[in-house]
Amino acid sequence: MTTITFIHPDNRSESVDAENGASVMLAALTHGIDGIVAECGGNAVCATCHVYIDPAFVDRLDPVGDDEDALLDGTASERLPNSRLSCQIKVTPALHGLVVRLPERQS
Amino acid sequence: MNPTDVSASSDAPAGAGTAIPQLDIDPFAIGFFDDPYPAHQEMREAAPVIYLHKWNVYGVARYAEVYAVLNDPQTFCSSRGVGLSDFAKETPWRPPSLILEADPPAHTRTRAVLSQVLSPAVMKQIRDRFMSAAEAKVDELLARGRFDAITDLAQAYPLSIFPDAMGLQAEGREHLIPYASLVFNAFGPPNELRKQAIERSAPHQAYVTAQCQRDALTPGGFGACVHAFADKGDITAVEAPLLVRSLLSAGLDTTIYGIGAAVYCLARFPDQWERLRQDPSLARNAFEEAVRLESPVQTFFRTTTREVELGGCRIGEGEKVLMFLGAANRDPRRWDAPDRYDITRKVSGHVGFGYGIHMCVGQLVARLEGEAILTALARKVATIAITGPVKRGYNNTLRGLESLPVTFTRA
Repeated sequence: MTTITFIHPDNRSESVDAENGASVMLAALTHGIDGIVAECGGNAVCATCHVYIDPAFVDRLDPVGDDEDALLDGTASERLPNSRLSCQIKVTPALHGLVVRLPERQS
Repeated sequence: MNPTDVSASSDAPAGAGTAIPQLDIDPFAIGFFDDPYPAHQEMREAAPVIYLHKWNVYGVARYAEVYAVLNDPQTFCSSRGVGLSDFAKETPWRPPSLILEADPPAHTRTRAVLSQVLSPAVMKQIRDRFMSAAEAKVDELLARGRFDAITDLAQAYPLSIFPDAMGLQAEGREHLIPYASLVFNAFGPPNELRKQAIERSAPHQAYVTAQCQRDALTPGGFGACVHAFADKGDITAVEAPLLVRSLLSAGLDTTIYGIGAAVYCLARFPDQWERLRQDPSLARNAFEEAVRLESPVQTFFRTTTREVELGGCRIGEGEKVLMFLGAANRDPRRWDAPDRYDITRKVSGHVGFGYGIHMCVGQLVARLEGEAILTALARKVATIAITGPVKRGYNNTLRGLESLPVTFTRA
């Protein structure tokens, strides 16, 4: 299990113990975190699992792939340098304590 | 509910294999279409994998097995057709689709092109146009008061916006719905629906083939965007028209059935309609939940490329497996109160648009159209009442109504 903290736009935060190997998107859905919609269920079609990665963790993630990069151009809330799609981030012990901010809107 | 709390393995260790029950159900019969839910339940409860001897196919109706088949395209391939007809044994009724009826690696290249043509970034550009067209349509219907929610709304709205977005010429658009209906009937077995559709197909096929050519498509539309990828070398000039054909096959009827399903749900579940009126921002999820509940695309087939164990049952190589998407979307193993229309449900993971590498490439267009119409309804309409006989439409793959007489009152 790896602890991940989700911070809502109103600064309310929720921490979950996520299963290693799953995606951050699935961890959010599994633990009932509002603010991750994931319309396509993790198939890299939509851009509704958008998150902002805490700057301290950005470099610990695998780089953004071409497909993810194109999808991020379509996010409903502004794309920032630390924007990622949570379906593309695999939970690993190396990400223990990961903090992600949720955007105002997903669609 | 834990969305990961369902599992089915297609790689279970080889064993004797659980017996597969043979069921006397024809999922392409008119009686089945009239009320599929008792048969869905019978198939789900019988076993993880069933056999339907009427058409000599295996079937999966539980969420876990449908999900497993969708997510293993190497074992459950699409290139032998996603209908009953096995392209390894029969000549397809039309040249196969380069995306729907293809496997990786060929599929990967064509899929990437259509994904870019219909990307989230493109949706941002067309969003305002789709939203204002929906407002205009609802205003027009409110002025009429009483109308048919299928022909005058579920068909009329996509017809007012999608052919233009594709870049189609004004002439001949009356072929679009019959062509799509033909495509979805043709996935079924050689029953009357399929035979009649193919007998009458020639003029619709001729129209669609002509419209897919580059010089027939208006610059800036989805169709021209597909052809532009041929200039970049991502696809060939021969492939481009066939990929445009995919958008014409699957881009219209599906959204018509989806919008029809959503309006039918809102008319039947007044508490959910009231909730939507109070919070129109639920429109997009209300559409998504209607896609889960009604599953406009009910079924698709795959063909096994090897002997495989699925849910403890053994299936041989070269067998057709029919996925009941609509039954999976109402599987109580996966969904709480599955028969209830709940516009606040966390609906991610439903298989109404499929799942995996073949998941509907146009799903964002469908959602945009659904959100646009339901937002306009929530803002402008006070009541939706069914005021005439509801008539079901019959198609081998698509589930929806032919007629839904309703009366709207103004908010």
